[in-house]
Amino acid sequence: MEANSSVAALRLQGILTHLSPPSSTIPPPPLPLSLSTLSSQQININMSSYFANVPQAPADGILKLSVLSRADTNSTKVDLGVGAYRDDSGKPWVLPVVRKAEQQLAADPQANHEYLGVGGLPALTQGAQKLIFGADSEAIKQQRVYSIQTISGTGANMVAAVFLKQFKQPADAAVYISKPTWGNHRSIFETAGHVVREYRYCNYTTLGLDIQGMLDDLRAAPRGQIILLHACAHNPTGIDPTTEQWQQIADVMQERSHFPLFDCAYQGFATGDVTRDAYAIRLFVSRGFELLVAQSFAKNMGLYGERTGCLHAVTALPEVLPQVSSQLNRLSRATISTAPAYGAKIAGTVLQDAELYEEWLGSMEMMSRRIKKMRDLLRDKLVALGTPGSWDHVSQQIGMFSFTGLSKKKVDRLREEYHLYMTDDGRISVAGLNSGNIDYVAKAIDVVVRSD
Amino acid sequence: MLAALKSAAVLKPSSLRQLATWAHIPMGPPDTILGITEAFKRDPHAQKMNLGAGAYRTDNGHPYVLSSVRKAEHSLLAQLQDKEYLPITGLAQFTDAATKLAYGAQSPALQGGRLAVTQSISGTGALRIGAEFLNKHYPNHQVYLPNPTWGNHGAIFRASGLEVKQYRYFDKSTNGLNLEAMLEDIREMPQGSVVLLHACAHNPTGVDPSLEQWAEIQQAMEEKGHLAFFDMAYQGFASGDADRDAGALRMFVEGDRVPVVLAQSFAKNMGLYGERVGTFSVVSNDKEERDRVLSQMKILIRPLYSNPPVYGARIAAEVLTNEELRKEWLAEVKMMADRIIGMRSALRSELENLGSKREWKHVTDQIGMFCYTGLLPEQVDSLARDYHIYLTRDGRVSIAGITSGNVKYLAESIHAVTKD
Repeated sequence: MEANSSVAALRLQGILTHLSPPSSTIPPPPLPLSLSTLSSQQININMSSYFANVPQAPADGILKLSVLSRADTNSTKVDLGVGAYRDDSGKPWVLPVVRKAEQQLAADPQANHEYLGVGGLPALTQGAQKLIFGADSEAIKQQRVYSIQTISGTGANMVAAVFLKQFKQPADAAVYISKPTWGNHRSIFETAGHVVREYRYCNYTTLGLDIQGMLDDLRAAPRGQIILLHACAHNPTGIDPTTEQWQQIADVMQERSHFPLFDCAYQGFATGDVTRDAYAIRLFVSRGFELLVAQSFAKNMGLYGERTGCLHAVTALPEVLPQVSSQLNRLSRATISTAPAYGAKIAGTVLQDAELYEEWLGSMEMMSRRIKKMRDLLRDKLVALGTPGSWDHVSQQIGMFSFTGLSKKKVDRLREEYHLYMTDDGRISVAGLNSGNIDYVAKAIDVVVRSD
Repeated sequence: MLAALKSAAVLKPSSLRQLATWAHIPMGPPDTILGITEAFKRDPHAQKMNLGAGAYRTDNGHPYVLSSVRKAEHSLLAQLQDKEYLPITGLAQFTDAATKLAYGAQSPALQGGRLAVTQSISGTGALRIGAEFLNKHYPNHQVYLPNPTWGNHGAIFRASGLEVKQYRYFDKSTNGLNLEAMLEDIREMPQGSVVLLHACAHNPTGVDPSLEQWAEIQQAMEEKGHLAFFDMAYQGFASGDADRDAGALRMFVEGDRVPVVLAQSFAKNMGLYGERVGTFSVVSNDKEERDRVLSQMKILIRPLYSNPPVYGARIAAEVLTNEELRKEWLAEVKMMADRIIGMRSALRSELENLGSKREWKHVTDQIGMFCYTGLLPEQVDSLARDYHIYLTRDGRVSIAGITSGNVKYLAESIHAVTKD
C-alpha cells in the first residue's frame, strides 16, 4: 500500500515538473498529495502549495456543540451548552439599560467611530475599576491601578498571559489553573509560552470544593508561581470558596509568595450582588497583594459579541505604574492596536450614569435570581422523581454553570436521544433552563441516570 | 526611595518580592503615531494642526461619520438585534461581502470555496492573525517589509515570532519608488520568503507602483517562489475607485503564480476606525485545503480573543449588501478621496506660490491619505514647537488633516522651516 502510493506520488511529481514553466523555480509539491484534486480541468500552473501540509485542527468543543445544537430542529431540543443568559422563554436577553445606552448614543450628534486611545475608553476603564475594586478603593486612590480595555475576558486573559511571560519573576514560574477550568485558559497560557499546571479544585465525589487539596497543592508548588483564580461563579463547576476559604487561600498564597491572576467574568451574576461577588479580589488587594484582574462584561451586561472587557493591574507602589502601563499598551498595540469602541461606550454610559447603573444592578440581580430558581427547581424535581444520587450540589453551586456529575456516556445519550445539549464534562448552563423545559430536562436526566 | 525600602531589613520576604515584581520592568517605547495625537491634544494654540494619525477629517476639520454608515446604524438599531457571540471567524454576511469587494465578485479566489476568510480586529488584527498563521504553518519565518512602512508592522510580525527584514522601496532623491532596488532585493531574498506589499496608498509614503511596475514585481516574486502578504487598508481611498485600488491584488490572484494572503481594513474607507472591522484571508488551492487552513486559523484566534466584535461587522455588511447604501458609500469614498486629492493640489500650489525653491511635485504624485514630504526630523520638531503643527518625525503628513482653512498656514510653516 505504501509502496504504491509513493510510486504514484513520484509519477505525479514527474507530471507536475513537466507541466511547470521551465523558467520557474517552483519546488515540487510536498508528499503526499491528494490525487482527487488533480482532474485535468483543475490543474493549474502553481501546483505546489505551502499549505499542503497544514493539518486539520480539531474543532473547539463548546462551539462545536452549539453548531450541533443549532442544526438540531427537534422541538424538544434544550441547549444547555454555551454560557449565555436566556430568559424564561429561552431567548437571548438584551438588558434594558443596554438598549437605553444605545438609544442615547444614536441620538448624540457628536457620536462617531474614531479610534479609542490605546488604553481604551476612560468611561469604561474608570467605571470598571470602581466596579471591581470598590468606589472607595484605597488602591485606586493611591494610583496603584492601571486598567486597559481588552477584547472581553479572553483578550484580557491573553494580554495578561503575554505580559506575564515577558515580565514574570521568577522567569520559569508556571501558571496554575484549577482542575477543572474554562477550556480556553490552558490554550491561552500555553499559547503565550507558559508551562501550565493544575491545582486540585473540584471534589468529584461531593461536587463541592476540595479546599484541602487546593491548599496542599498551592503550598507544595515552588514559591512565586502564578495562580489563576476565578473571582466568583467558577466556570465550569459553579463551586466557589466561602469567605473563610478565600482567607485560607490568601494565607497560603502569601506564605508561598504566589502571584494572583483573577478571572472575573461573572461579577453580579453569582450572588446577584456586585460587592459580594468582588469579595475575593478586594480581600487580596487589602492584604497587599499585587495582582492582575481579567474582567468581562459579556455576561453581566449581556454584551457578549461586542467584546467588552478590561485588564486591571494592581501594583504595590504608584511609581511603577508608568512602566507597567507602557508595557501593557505596547502589547495591546501589537495585537489589536486599539479596542472596539461601541461596546465600551455602552458599558461606559451605564457605569457612569447613576440611574442606569442602579437599573443595571437590578437586572443582574434578576438574572441571578432566575438562575437560582432554576437550580432549586431542577434539584427539587430530581429529588421528587427519586433520581438516584444526591442533587444538592445543583442548588449549592453558583453562577451560570452547574457541574452535574453526569458522565460523558450519559451526556452523549442525553444529546442523542433527548436532544439535550451539554458539554462532555457534564456542565450545564443553568440559564438554558426555563419553566417550559425544566420538567423535560429533569425527566431525561432521571431516565439516563437510572439506565445503568 | 525604592532603593532605601529594598535595603530595609525589617521587610517580610513577601513584601520584598512584591516590590520586586514590577520594578524591573523597563519603560516601553512611546508609540510614535499615537504619541503625536497626545502631544497635539495638550497644545492650547488656536492654529494647531494634527497631521499625525491617519483619520479622515472634513473640510471643517471634523471627524466624518459617513451618511451610508449612519443609515445602516439606524436601520440596525430599529431591528433590535441581540448581541450574541459571533462565530470565531465572525459574521459570514460581512466576510462574504468584504472579500467580494476586495477580490472582485467574479474572482477565481472566490470560486470553488477556495478562500479561507475570517473577520478580524481591523487591519492590525488581520496582520496579527496572518503573522501567527505563517509563523506556525509556513516554513520560512522571515517577513520582508518595505522601507519605510507603517510603524506598527514590525511590532506585529515580531510579536508573532517572525524575523522582520526590509526591502528597499522609497527613493529619497525622487520621493518616488525605487523599483530597480526593490526588484533586486526581491530576487536576493531566500526562496519562498514572505513579502509584505501595500495593496494601494502606501503608508507612509503615498508612493504606489504603477500596474506595469506591479507586473514586474509579480514576476520577480514568482521567480523566487515568494508569498505575497497584501495589506489593504485604503481600498477606494487611493484613487476614489474601489476596483482600481484593488488592481495589484487582483493581478496577483488572477495571475495565480504567487500565493496570496490579504489583510483588509474598513477603518478608513468606511470610517469605522474604532469599531475594528477587517478581514484576513488566504487564497487556498481548493476547498479541502481551505477547510484545513480555516480550522487552523480558528485555533489561533480562540486564545487571542475568542470571537470578533459584532457591531462594526453588521454595519459593514449592511452597507455592502444594501444596493442603495452601497452606491451611496462608494460615492462617499470617492468624495473623501477627491477632497484629499484637492488638498494635495492646494498644498503644492501654495508652496510653489510662496516661491519655495524645493521640488513639491511629489505632493501630488503620491496617493492616498499620506504624503512623505521629505521634511527632516529637526524640521518636523520645529513645526511642532514653533508652529503647533504635528506630524510624525519621518516627515509623514496626513493630508486628511489639511483643510481649505489651514492649508495656507501649513504651506507658510513648511516654507519657513525649509527655505534655508
